[in-house]
Parts: sequence; C-alpha cells; structure tokens
Amino acid sequence: MGLFDENILPEMSEKLDELARKGVSRRDFMKFCTGMAALLSLPASFIPKIAEAVTGKKPIIVWLEYQDCAGDTEALLRATSPTVGQIVLDIFSVDYHETIMSPSGFQAEKSLMDVVKNNKGNYFVVVEGSIPLKDDGVYCCVGGRTAVDIAREVCGNALATIAVGTCATYGGIPAAKPNPTGAVGVKEAVPNATVINLPGCPVNAENITATLVHYLTFGALPNMDKLGRPYFAFGKRIHDNCERRSHFDAGQFVRQWGDEGARQGWCLYEMGCKGPETFHNCPTVKYNEGTSWPVQGGHGCLGCSEPHFWDTMTPFYKRLPNVPGFGIESTADKIGAGLAVATAAGIAAHGIARAISPKKKEEEDK
Amino acid sequence: MIERKRTYIWEVPIRLTHWLFVLSLAAFTVTGLYIGNPYLYAVSSKEYIMGWMRFVHFVSAYVFLMSFIIRMYWALMGNKYACFSVWFPFTSQKMKDFIGALKFYLLLSKKPPYATGHTALAGFTYLIVFLLFLFEIFSGFALYSVNHSGALWTALGGWMLGFMYLPLIRLYHHLVMYVLMAFTIIHVYAVIFSDSREKNGLLLSIFNGYKFVTGKEWE
Repeated sequence: MGLFDENILPEMSEKLDELARKGVSRRDFMKFCTGMAALLSLPASFIPKIAEAVTGKKPIIVWLEYQDCAGDTEALLRATSPTVGQIVLDIFSVDYHETIMSPSGFQAEKSLMDVVKNNKGNYFVVVEGSIPLKDDGVYCCVGGRTAVDIAREVCGNALATIAVGTCATYGGIPAAKPNPTGAVGVKEAVPNATVINLPGCPVNAENITATLVHYLTFGALPNMDKLGRPYFAFGKRIHDNCERRSHFDAGQFVRQWGDEGARQGWCLYEMGCKGPETFHNCPTVKYNEGTSWPVQGGHGCLGCSEPHFWDTMTPFYKRLPNVPGFGIESTADKIGAGLAVATAAGIAAHGIARAISPKKKEEEDK
Repeated sequence: MIERKRTYIWEVPIRLTHWLFVLSLAAFTVTGLYIGNPYLYAVSSKEYIMGWMRFVHFVSAYVFLMSFIIRMYWALMGNKYACFSVWFPFTSQKMKDFIGALKFYLLLSKKPPYATGHTALAGFTYLIVFLLFLFEIFSGFALYSVNHSGALWTALGGWMLGFMYLPLIRLYHHLVMYVLMAFTIIHVYAVIFSDSREKNGLLLSIFNGYKFVTGKEWE
C-alpha cells in the first residue's frame, strides 16, 4: 500500500505534503493511522488501508448541538489524534458547528440547509445534547426551529448520525427525573435515522474519530450492541480492563477518602465505583492525550456512559442504589438488618406468648 | 392417645435438594455479603480474597441451579407430597387448612394443622420461596452475564438486562437475600414449634424421610 515504503501513491504523497505544510509530519500521520487501527482492534495490516481511506475523499460533517453543556465539543477541541485542526481542515470537512464555526445567523443556518439539500444521504451528522419532545419541543430552538424539527430533517437525510455524549444518546442529565422538557436521545427523537451511539460524559473524541475512520475504511458503521454502541469502544466493562482490578481480586479497597488504601491506589469499589456496571473503553484509551481517566486520578467511575446514569447510578459514592419507595437515606443493608431484627423479634414474641399462655392437653384441642 | 403410623414422606431427592439448598444458601450469604460489602481486609496484594469469594459464590450458583432443577423434576416425578399441587392452596378445603395453619402459628388456635406432607400454609410459602429462588438464579446469572457473553448466560438471566438497569438488578439480588434469611429463621423456628406441638417427628423427617402421621391422615 505504500505507506511504509518509498513507492507511495501519488494522491497520498500529495496529501502528506499538504499535511506537512500544516505542521503534521508523515510520522505523525502514521502514528494517527496506527493508533486508529489499535483502537478499532484491527491488525497492523490495516494501517495502510486506513491511511489510504483517510487521505481519500473528505466526508462532510455537520455538528448539531442541543440541550447540553458543550462538554462534547470541549472534548473534541482537546482531541489530539488528529488535532481538531486536522479534523476540521484536512480529514473531514466540518460544514456546520454552532460553537466553532465563523458564520452566524441566517448565513449559518443556510450552510446547514445547503448540506442537507446538496449532499442528501451523503453526509454525517454529529449530534450533541438531548432533544426535548414535550410541548412540541419548544424547550430548545435554534434559528426559530425546534431541535426535534431540525434533527428530523438533518439526521433523517444523513448517511449516518453519530450521537455523541450521554445526552444525545440516551437523554443524559436533561432527561434525569423528573425530565421537565421530555428530553430524549437522537434515536428516540428520529427513529428512522441511522444512529450510532457514543455515550460518555463527555464523549471520548478518539471514539468519534475511530467511528468515522471505520466508516471511511470499510464503508460501513462498526458493529453495535443492543444500545447502538460500537463494540470496539463499549464491548467491555470498565471493571474488566481496570488498572486497579488486581486490588479488587486481592481484597484491597479504599474505605475512606484519603486513607492508606487511597494513597496506595487500591480498588475504589467500596467508594461506589460503577466500573462493574459500566461499558466503556476509558481504561485503555483514557482522556486528554491518554493522560489519565477518573480511576487513575483516584476517583471511582460514575457510570456516565450508561443510559439514565443520573437516576440509576446514584448515589455515586455508594455501592448499591437506594431502595425505591424508602427514604433516600435508607440503604439495602439497613432494610435487610431491619427485616432480620423484625423476624427475630417476632419469633421471640411468639415464643414468649406461647410460654406464658395456659397450657392445655392435646386432647382438649380436638 | 392418638394412633400414629410411621410413614415415608420425604423421598431422597427432596432431602438431598433441601440440604443442597441449605449449603449453597449458607455459602451464598457468607460470600455474597462480602461481595456486596467487603468486610475482610487484605493485608497484602498477594491475597485473593475477593477472587475466592466470587469463585465460591459462582460454584455455589451451579450447585444451587442443579439442585433447583432436580427439585422441579421431582415435583413432576416424585410422590404426592413433592408434587406441584401442594404449593397452590386454591381449593376450598386447602383454603380452610391454610387459615387453620396460619391461626396455629399466630397462636390464635391451639389446633395443630395435622398434615401428612406440607400444610397448605407451608406449601404456599414454598411456592413463594421457589419463586424467590428463581429470581435469585435469573438476577445472579444476569449479573454474571455482563462479562461472560454467550447464549447460555443470556438464557439464564442475561435477558433481564433488556428491561432492568444493572444497579437495580444488583440491589434486588441483594435484598432478596435478606428475605431468604428471614425465611430461614422463620422456617427453622416453625419446624421446632410444630414438632414440639404435634410430636410427629417433623424435625427428624428431613434427615430420614419419616413422619408419624395420625390415622385420620393416612386413611
């Protein structure tokens, strides 16, 4: 394929020269392609194919942002492989992104509609943030149109929609109880769209890039699980690849913040870590140039990439959720202990009642 | 004196599964409490406490599952005291017996609920207990299936993940343990109480299978 030898394809050579002028060396480019192959669990023989694919035709991307905190955009801006500059200018053609684009007002909205009109069925949409459905979706409007209205048109005509972050995938924090705006994820708001879910709070930008690279290389979206998440990133639990797993198996736990176990980097299971309930590739890919991730930083996983994590994973610092129907301070163990005490007390009362009641002969019972 | 006859009630599979349930439930409780809230402190990273606890818990799960299957099989193949029908007190006579037994245990009546096998109350209790067992099996394998993918785990409990969030499955799996603990306490007490009132060898019957039943019952 020519990436590693001197007889490199002319188009790729041209592209590499172009990248080099922008400060991305051939070595950086190879590192990017190799990293992507590793992330997608592909063998090294796919590296040249990836290199060829990403230097080919630029796919068009539009980025829609609804009910969220722009955290996924932040994550993207801090992505290093490729740097956001590369994504925007070289590998992908990002034609619309509310937070980082230069046009504004009607001009900006026109560029979005131009993409939908001129490239129907041929562009990617990245959606960040949940879409409110309550009261005809009036709780989130862009340019005078509701989020759900825009999303139906833009996502419905796209090649594929990549829902990024937990809000866009499953409603996230805006959808937490009592969900005042009726927030849902993209798949629920636009059921006929082809959606791939990349949850996480924020999404890991490496996973966005890898999903797009997978499409460019194979012409198809990666395999997904029942929740619409790609297996390459969400096939394993945090717990299965955790760097502190050996402490879990040994029985070495942090029991209090700042205790000896915390200093030693022991397992955060008792501090409510949701690693055993959460599917994500954080332990292997990590965040911010692979610098760190929550557990490495000494804090348990909150399960942020699981559907409705705000409702189902809380309390974050306890092992088990609260028992539905009881006060929020009640834990399962308190109820269990109460049940055991009540049983023992009941039996003791029964025994005493029997002992003090006047005894009768069995014949009299008959 | 009431005339009594020594009668073979509990067949071998019933007694065997009873004691397998006892053993596995004891193992489940000790290891499950640790898994839920690790109460032992490892002093060195060479230890493998959680590892062994989980190992014992999972092995017990298979023992329990096999025992459950044998018990259900014997409900079809065994004698009339092992049959499914004893769990459902929905005939008028059984309803009467059910209330009679309830009154006896609540000290509202002194008339023991003479029954050759289970009383209607006991039978219904075991229906609930078996349903709780079934829930523990499914929820346990659902939790197990998250890192053991395959059709078998999906069939044994993985399907639960389709409509119930993982932390809630963990919570209910944990809470049912307490219900079963309470059942065990009541069960043992009720057996001793009933044995002392009826003098029918109930306590020993789970070891040797024989009860002393009155003429009225075996006629």
